[in-house]
Amino acid sequence: MVQKLDYLKETPSQTAGPYVHIGLAPGAAGFDIYRQELGWDIAGPNARGERIRVEGIVIDATGSPIKDVMLEAWQANSEGVYAHPESPGEVEEGFRGWGRVITDFETGEWGFDTVKPGPVPARAEMGRSVRPAAEEELVDTYGRGHAGLRQMAPHINLWIVARGINIGLNTRIYFDDEAEANAKDPVINLIEWERRRRTLIAKRTMRDGMPVYRFDIKLQGEDETVFFDI
Amino acid sequence: MPTPAEFYQRDRDWHPPANTPVYKTSVTRSPQYALLSLQQSVSEITGPTFGHNDIDPMDRDLIHNYAKDGSSAIGERIILHGRVLDENARPIPNTLVEIWQANAGGRYRHKKDTYLAPIDPNFGGCGRTLTDENGYYFFRTVKPGAYPWRNYVNSWRPAHIHMSIFGTAFCQRLITQCYFEGDPLIEKCPIVNTIPGLPAQAQLVAALDMNASVPLDSIAYKFDVVLRGRRATLFENRL
Ligand SMILES: [Fe+2]
Repeated sequence: MVQKLDYLKETPSQTAGPYVHIGLAPGAAGFDIYRQELGWDIAGPNARGERIRVEGIVIDATGSPIKDVMLEAWQANSEGVYAHPESPGEVEEGFRGWGRVITDFETGEWGFDTVKPGPVPARAEMGRSVRPAAEEELVDTYGRGHAGLRQMAPHINLWIVARGINIGLNTRIYFDDEAEANAKDPVINLIEWERRRRTLIAKRTMRDGMPVYRFDIKLQGEDETVFFDI
Repeated sequence: MPTPAEFYQRDRDWHPPANTPVYKTSVTRSPQYALLSLQQSVSEITGPTFGHNDIDPMDRDLIHNYAKDGSSAIGERIILHGRVLDENARPIPNTLVEIWQANAGGRYRHKKDTYLAPIDPNFGGCGRTLTDENGYYFFRTVKPGAYPWRNYVNSWRPAHIHMSIFGTAFCQRLITQCYFEGDPLIEKCPIVNTIPGLPAQAQLVAALDMNASVPLDSIAYKFDVVLRGRRATLFENRL
């Protein structure tokens, strides 16, 4: 006999289905209902830093683009601060750092405009099983690892749902012009197979004077994107 | 400020796995490699926040939020209400809850839905609200109809309302579906059956709640949502 733990169980996930747009992007479903839809403006008008665009497609096991995906982005500002009370620092007025995009019904292309995020603090012990005692005092007042000691390379967190996806998929977009920071990033370095690390790195090109990063997501098969259990 | 604490690990045996052949579309859309388990950092324990400037009070009334003046949506009037809690049974206040659904005939207002049941001109099919300080939310809507879909030739979805919930951290982000007590289609549904166990499936069935029903107006169903809970900071596991 044993006492019962009284934790509740998390509500089980279900697919967002093919009509996710009705709820989360009704304009795309074909009707206008809300005063404003949420998630169209990630950075706001006052954000400092480099304005960028991120684009891609989501590809299934047959190599075909998926045309009913919704993606949500969550990112820090250019100084590495998230718009959240537990992220030390301030963000610019109007910076939410969260966005929502859907794939085009014909092509499967998605894309959003934002600013390039800055590096953010890593966990003190991320990627290591034991933290050397000598580094103990370098942990900052938030207990999160001294910024000078350990940072994560600039990245955008991504959450992907669609018909046929039973539970949202988490991944990260890193940037190919941050090779030095990426090489030291504790999350990228957790990926045992170097070949798979590439699936998280967006490729930069310029279009009409604006940096555009390409980030294609492969759900299954060769070069399957790395997804995280966070 | 206290040391930020991490969230409990997700119980992946409670949720549907990625590849569930009973739900055919999942087969080509499911990663085959193991997910990479990540200890949480500031990127996962933070998430977007929303306020009353983002939405309007009317957004939670699906009977009227797309209806012409003086009209209302057709169907069985219901109240869907409940609380958003975490696994420690603590309420999650001020969090965004968004829903979408078919109309009473089982038809979605979506350019990709071609089911022969008619569109209701007074029903849009989406709503959103923030939980109050006790984690409580409610919507007014009509009970959605069952509808056919292409999985097996004769597959029908039980009446359901899709729901999206945020919590306070990006790692709590969740989309699910709410079903209704007593619906015989629930146990036959391939999407319900992606969930491995009956106790987990039962967690998605809203209970008929006569105590919250409004006499001569609306029947109520209660649907509580549980998001991932958070460690106590008592035993330090530094982020
Ligand atoms: Fe549905």
